[in-house]
Amino acid sequence: MGDILGLVGKRLGLGLVILLIISVIIFFMVELLPGDIAEAVLGQGATKENLAAMREQMGLNQPAIWRYLQWLGGALTLDFGSSIVTQEPVMSVIGARFANTLFLAAYAAVIAVPFAIILGVIVALLRNTVFDRVANVLTLTSISSPEFFLGYILILFFSVKWGMFPAIASLSEGMSFADLLERTFLPALTLVLVVVAHMMRMTRAAIINLLASPYIEMARLKGAPPWKVIVKHALPNAWAPIINVVALNLAYLITGVVLVEVVFVYPGVGQALVDAVSKRDFPVVQACCLIFAATFILLNLAADVGAILTNPRLRHPK
Amino acid sequence: MPKKKEVLLKIRDLKIQGYSDETWVDIIKGVDLTLHRGEVMGLIGESGAGKSTIGAAAMGYARDGTRITEDSSIEFDGMELTTATEGERRALRGARIAYVAQSAAASFNPAHKIIDQHTEAPLQYRLKKRMEAQEDAVDLYNRLRLPNPAEIGFRYPHQVSGGQLQRAMTAMAMSCRPDLIIFDEPTTALDVTTQIEVLAAIRDIVEQFNTAALYITHDLAVVAQMADTIKVLLKGSEVEEAPTAEMLSNPKEDYTKSLWAVRSFESPQRFRKEGATPLISVKEVDAAYSAGPKILNNVSFDIHEGMTVAVVGESGSGKSTCARVITGLLPPQKGEILFKGEPFPADYRQRNKDQLRQCQMIYQMADTALNPKVKISEIIGRPAQFYSGLKGAALKARVDELLDLIELDPSKYYNRYPPELSGGQKQRIGIARALAAEPSFIICDEVTSALDQLVAEGILRLLDRLQNELNLAYMFITHDLATVRSIADEVIVMQHGKVVEQGPKDDMFKPPHHPYTDLLLSSVPEMDPNWLSTLLEERGVDNLGDAAAAKIDPNDAKIVR
Repeated sequence: MGDILGLVGKRLGLGLVILLIISVIIFFMVELLPGDIAEAVLGQGATKENLAAMREQMGLNQPAIWRYLQWLGGALTLDFGSSIVTQEPVMSVIGARFANTLFLAAYAAVIAVPFAIILGVIVALLRNTVFDRVANVLTLTSISSPEFFLGYILILFFSVKWGMFPAIASLSEGMSFADLLERTFLPALTLVLVVVAHMMRMTRAAIINLLASPYIEMARLKGAPPWKVIVKHALPNAWAPIINVVALNLAYLITGVVLVEVVFVYPGVGQALVDAVSKRDFPVVQACCLIFAATFILLNLAADVGAILTNPRLRHPK
Repeated sequence: MPKKKEVLLKIRDLKIQGYSDETWVDIIKGVDLTLHRGEVMGLIGESGAGKSTIGAAAMGYARDGTRITEDSSIEFDGMELTTATEGERRALRGARIAYVAQSAAASFNPAHKIIDQHTEAPLQYRLKKRMEAQEDAVDLYNRLRLPNPAEIGFRYPHQVSGGQLQRAMTAMAMSCRPDLIIFDEPTTALDVTTQIEVLAAIRDIVEQFNTAALYITHDLAVVAQMADTIKVLLKGSEVEEAPTAEMLSNPKEDYTKSLWAVRSFESPQRFRKEGATPLISVKEVDAAYSAGPKILNNVSFDIHEGMTVAVVGESGSGKSTCARVITGLLPPQKGEILFKGEPFPADYRQRNKDQLRQCQMIYQMADTALNPKVKISEIIGRPAQFYSGLKGAALKARVDELLDLIELDPSKYYNRYPPELSGGQKQRIGIARALAAEPSFIICDEVTSALDQLVAEGILRLLDRLQNELNLAYMFITHDLATVRSIADEVIVMQHGKVVEQGPKDDMFKPPHHPYTDLLLSSVPEMDPNWLSTLLEERGVDNLGDAAAAKIDPNDAKIVR
C-alpha cells in the first residue's frame, strides 16, 4: 500500500505544480492585454488624472509580481476580488452559478457514464453485428452534431411536439428536487448525447483489445459463457483506458457547457463567463479560468488514481 | 503402456481451415486420432504443424479466424462435437475436457486471485459449493507439491513464480476432474530445472486420477517422459504414430528420423591462444537496476577473439544483465569492462562510433526486435550507413552482400517487410543487422529458443560459419544445454548473479561439477523414456527444481561423484 500512497502523492504534487503554472499564465495573460483594469472600468472618456487615481485606488501601481501573489493568496481562500462591473465580490457573482453548473454536469454524468460503459460492454459482446454498427452510427452522429443543434432538436421534440419537458431550464427558489430534475432534464440529456460516444467507443475498444489475450482464451476453454468472458475477464483489465476517457469527458461536461446553458437559459457559470468576457470583467474571467483549470486537473488526477487502484500489480505488490 | 480400454476421443478426417489473404486455406489436412480413457498421447511437430489447433479442436473449439470443416468428425465419449450446439460444446469445456496453456503467466487473468479462477468452473457447473471447491483446490495444490498450498491460491498471478503458476494451472484443469486434459506446451516457457518439477507433478496427477491427455510439445525428450503413444505431425498432416518406446528406438519415416537427429550438430571446440589479450574482459562487476537489489555480484570473465562463450543459468541469474553491462546499456556499480585490454566507457553514450560498432546484439524475439513497418533493406542498411558511411550503390552492394552472407536471396528479400518472413528468416535478418556494423563481438541473447529445432540448428550452423569466416567472438546467452553442447567453446555457469563455474566446454560436461551445474545438467530431459522416473528415484520428489536450487550456494565447492 505504501507504494500506492507514494504514487498518489506524487500525482497530487504534480497536479498542484501544474495548477500553479496555470495560475501564473492566467494572471499574466490578462496583464498582457492592451489597457488595464482602470481603463476598462472608466472607459474611453477617462482623463489621465482619473486613471491615475483609479490605479492608485486599485493598487495597480504595485509591481505585477506583488499583485499576482496577492491575487493567488486570495484565490486560496476563494476570494477572487470584486467584479469590475457590479462591484460585488467575484464569488457572489459566480459561486451559485458554479454550483448550478456542477449540478448539471453531475446529472449528466450519472446518466452518461453507466449508460456508456454498459453500452460499450454490450457492443463489445455483439461486436460486428447490426446492433454494434447501429449503436456506433448513432453515437457518432450525436457526437458530431453541435451541442446547440442537439439541444434545439430535443426542444423541438420533447417540449414543442410532445410537451414532456420544459424548454427553458430556469431555476427558482424552493423548487423540489423532482422539479429540478425535470426542469434540467433536456440540458442534461443534450450533454449525455455529446459525451456518450467517446466513452462507449473506448470501452468497446479496450475490451476488444484484450480479447486476443491468452487468459481470455483460457476463460473460454473453461466453458465461461460469452457475457462472463467480457464482464468478468476482460472488463476488470480494461479499466485504465476507460477511466481516463471518462475523466476527460467529465471535465468537458463542466467546462464545455457554455452553449448548452445558453440554449436552455440555464443559470450556470458558462453564461457568466460569456458576460464577463464581453464586459472585460477581468477578475471574473480569471476566477472562472482558474476554477476550470482546477477541475480539469482534479478529474485527471482522479483518473490517474483510479487507473492505479484498478491495477492488481500495483494494488498487490509482490 | 497404452491401456486398451474404452475409446474416449475419436477424431476422423479432421480438416481445419484458416482465413488468410481473403480465402480459406487448409491448416489441418485430414488427421485421425484415437485416444482411450487414461491414455496420454504426445503430439509433436514443428510450429505450423497444427498441434495446438488439433488440441483446441478436441474441445470443439476453433480459434478466431479458423473453422472446422463439416465433413470432419470429432467424437468425445460418444458425442459428436462438430454437430453439437455451441452451448453443448461449452458445457464440456472446463468440466469434462480441460486445457493447460503454454504460458501460465499470460493465461491466468491478472485481475483475479488464483483460487477464484480455479473455482470458476466447478461453481459455474454447480459441482461444488465455494468453500468445498476451495478446499479441493488446496488439496490439489498439495498433491502438485506447491509450496504453502493453503495460502498460495489467495495470491494474484503476478505474485507467483512461473513454474508454480504452471502447476496451479494444472490444478485448475483438474478442478472438475475432467476425462481429458489438453496440455499445450506446458513447460516450453520454463527453465530446465523448473521444467522437471512441473513434468513430475503433471505425470503424477494424471496417473492419480487416470485422466487421459493430449500432450502437445516440440520437445522430443519431454514427450518421451510423458506419453504412452506419440503422433508426429508435419504441416497439418500425420507423419506416423507409434507407442513411445517403439517411436524412439525405431522411427519409420524420414521426417521423424530427421527430428530425432537434430541434436547431432557440434562445432569443433576452439581453445584460447596462449598469452593473447582477451577481446572482452569483464572485471569484478556489480550491477543493479536503479535502487533494486544487486543483480550481478562480483562477476569476472574473459571472452577471446573468434571464440564462443556460452553463458548459462536460470532466468533471473543475471545472464542478460551481463549483456547489458557489456553493451553499456547498464553502467555497473563497480568494476569495469576492458576491450582488448583498454577500458571501455561504462555508458554507451560515452562510447565513440568505433567502440559502439565492436559490440552488437542479436535478440531472442526476432518478431519484436525488427520494426514491422521498415523494409529489410533499410533494417540492414541503416547500421552500414551509420557506422561505415555507405551511400547509394555502395550501400546497396553492402546490403546484398549481407543478405548473401545469411543465405537469403538479395533480389527476393531486399524490398520485403519483416511480417512477410518466417521466424528463422527474421532471426537471420537480425544476424545481418548485427553484422552490418562489422563488429568483432556479438552478444546472442537466447537467439534460438523461440525457434523450432530444425530451424534453430540452421541458425547455429550459420552463426558457426560466420564465426569462422569473419573471426567473430560470441557471447551466447542460453538456458538450453543442448545448444551449449553444439556451439560453445567455453562455458560460464551463473546462479543468483554470481559465476559459479567457468572453463572450456569439454571440461564443463565432465565431472567434477559445481552442485548447481550438476543440477542444470541432470535436469535436461533425455530421450530415454525412463529418464524422469530414474531421476525421481535418485533425487527424490522434493529435491527438484527450485527446491533443489535453493539448497545450493554459489560458493559451494565442486562435488565429485
